[in-house]
Amino acid sequence: MSRSSDLAIRTRRLRKVFSGKVAVRNLTLDVPRGEVFGFLGPNGAGKSTSVKMLLGLVFPTSGEAEILGHPAGDVKTRSKVGFLPEHFRFYDWLTPIELLKLHGRLYGMSHAKLRERVPVLLDLVGLTSHRDKRLRDFSKGMLQRIGLAQALLNEPDLIFLDEPTSGLDPVGRRLVRDIIKAERNRGATVLLNSHLLGEVEITCDRVAFIKDGEVVEARELNPDVDQQTTVSIRVGNVTAEVVSGLSRWTSVVRWEGEHLRLTLSSSGVLPEIVRYLVAKGADVYEVTPQRFSLEERFLEIVGSDGGL
Amino acid sequence: MGIWIMAGVTFREAARKKMLWMALAAGCAFLILFGTGLHFQAKDFAAHGMSPVLRREISFTMLTMGLYAVDLLAVLMTILTSIDTLSGEIASGTIQAIATKPVPRWQVLVGKWLGFLGMLTAYIAIMVGGVNAVTYVMAGVTARHLVGGFLLIWMESIVLLSVTFAFATYFSTLATGVLTLGLHGLAFLGGWIEQFGAITQTPRAVSVGVIASVLMPSEALWRRAAFEMQSPLANAMRISPFSTLSVPSMGMVFYAALYLSIALVIAIRRFSQRDL
Repeated sequence: MSRSSDLAIRTRRLRKVFSGKVAVRNLTLDVPRGEVFGFLGPNGAGKSTSVKMLLGLVFPTSGEAEILGHPAGDVKTRSKVGFLPEHFRFYDWLTPIELLKLHGRLYGMSHAKLRERVPVLLDLVGLTSHRDKRLRDFSKGMLQRIGLAQALLNEPDLIFLDEPTSGLDPVGRRLVRDIIKAERNRGATVLLNSHLLGEVEITCDRVAFIKDGEVVEARELNPDVDQQTTVSIRVGNVTAEVVSGLSRWTSVVRWEGEHLRLTLSSSGVLPEIVRYLVAKGADVYEVTPQRFSLEERFLEIVGSDGGL
Repeated sequence: MGIWIMAGVTFREAARKKMLWMALAAGCAFLILFGTGLHFQAKDFAAHGMSPVLRREISFTMLTMGLYAVDLLAVLMTILTSIDTLSGEIASGTIQAIATKPVPRWQVLVGKWLGFLGMLTAYIAIMVGGVNAVTYVMAGVTARHLVGGFLLIWMESIVLLSVTFAFATYFSTLATGVLTLGLHGLAFLGGWIEQFGAITQTPRAVSVGVIASVLMPSEALWRRAAFEMQSPLANAMRISPFSTLSVPSMGMVFYAALYLSIALVIAIRRFSQRDL
């Protein structure tokens, strides 16, 4: 188990009940520092409430939560945290420069630092040419961009992004992906709460599926590992004895008609398996690596009702 | 530090959203109307050769009427401008980006409170000062205890501001407005019942008024302010909003100070402990 100091986020049996209704049942989660972590689940699964508890916006009914080694809600720790709410709204009479300066001052940043940082961030999110507009004249996508800039102001160690691509066009989505990558390279931890599984698949190192306020599965999304751990082989003329012989390479074998589905610890053993099958007289027609599909797994976990 | 940042942004919001300027423009219109009335009255007094004593008393009454209107405007200004700042930002989620910054929640609330306090202080000072200046120029009369009267009207505004904040940490914007105005209405009615009770020498009616002032001391502060500012003769007028047959004591003023402090503490505690 990871030491508490290695973790950006650590929760144990976190629970939140609103007026008798359980929003988060039993959330136990470890997010190591430096990871991009995807938080997935159907509507009403408790994702936003969990994020709010970690940020100290919502108080847990029971359980423990720590961020960056300190109890969730610790005021000082917030200076190392950035947050983009799902629907970023702010005083619409401000210009983007005024908004960033206000948030920077709330972070305790000096005027000199802000003079340096604000233009960089406006440029990063592509709003330099809109710097004199009032937020009331911003589109939803522009508000999302300035909200993202606000979340990065203090060069945080931990960034919570709640549906960061909502309202963004494909260019904006690409921008968010690039920013997340850059933040990971800087050493920051990112918790990404998104319904767009494609985005999560591209950007995240690990994901946790949450349903009914509990983590039902957490897994790595390293493409080198996941894409080739499961293999489908279309084969004829095999016997049960031949199939059982595959146990020396894998413990997970499903035999369905002409198809063998194997879960392998390494794709390096695949040629050996094919040689073994051919040597035993089997007719091998096709060997297909099965790519792990986040969407399929999501649907399996959530069920056909989509959590509604 | 967080307090002053929030106070600054709250004050700037009032200016940027044109609330402050509109209120001051309406206030200027009010002062022009008031001055015009006084001007014609002064001309009429001269034409009829009215005695200086009577002229002075009527001018004093006009001054108190002007201040009464300012007091009503201050009450409405206080409630209407501050009603949405907490409950509205909680409902819209605007508060989330602020409450996740390294600033304790109590500083966010007190900062906002101070921002409104600054705006209302400027508004009340300009309006009370304006009415007095106009009356002095037109009729040579100013309030008996101008600073004391101003401070009491100002305190009435802070009581209502603190109560609005306390309710806003529990209820929606609309409910907060209904509750705060309702409480002030109760105090207003209680004040009249107390005055009538004093005239008709009905101690139980006076007690009803006192109880209303205990529930909400805002109107009692106005009646004390009227007592401080108008002439002794005007104080003896029997049935008017300025009648001070039953003058709220200094004890009531101290009670109002305690009341607003408790309201502010409730607001801070609730805001610090509630889910956002």
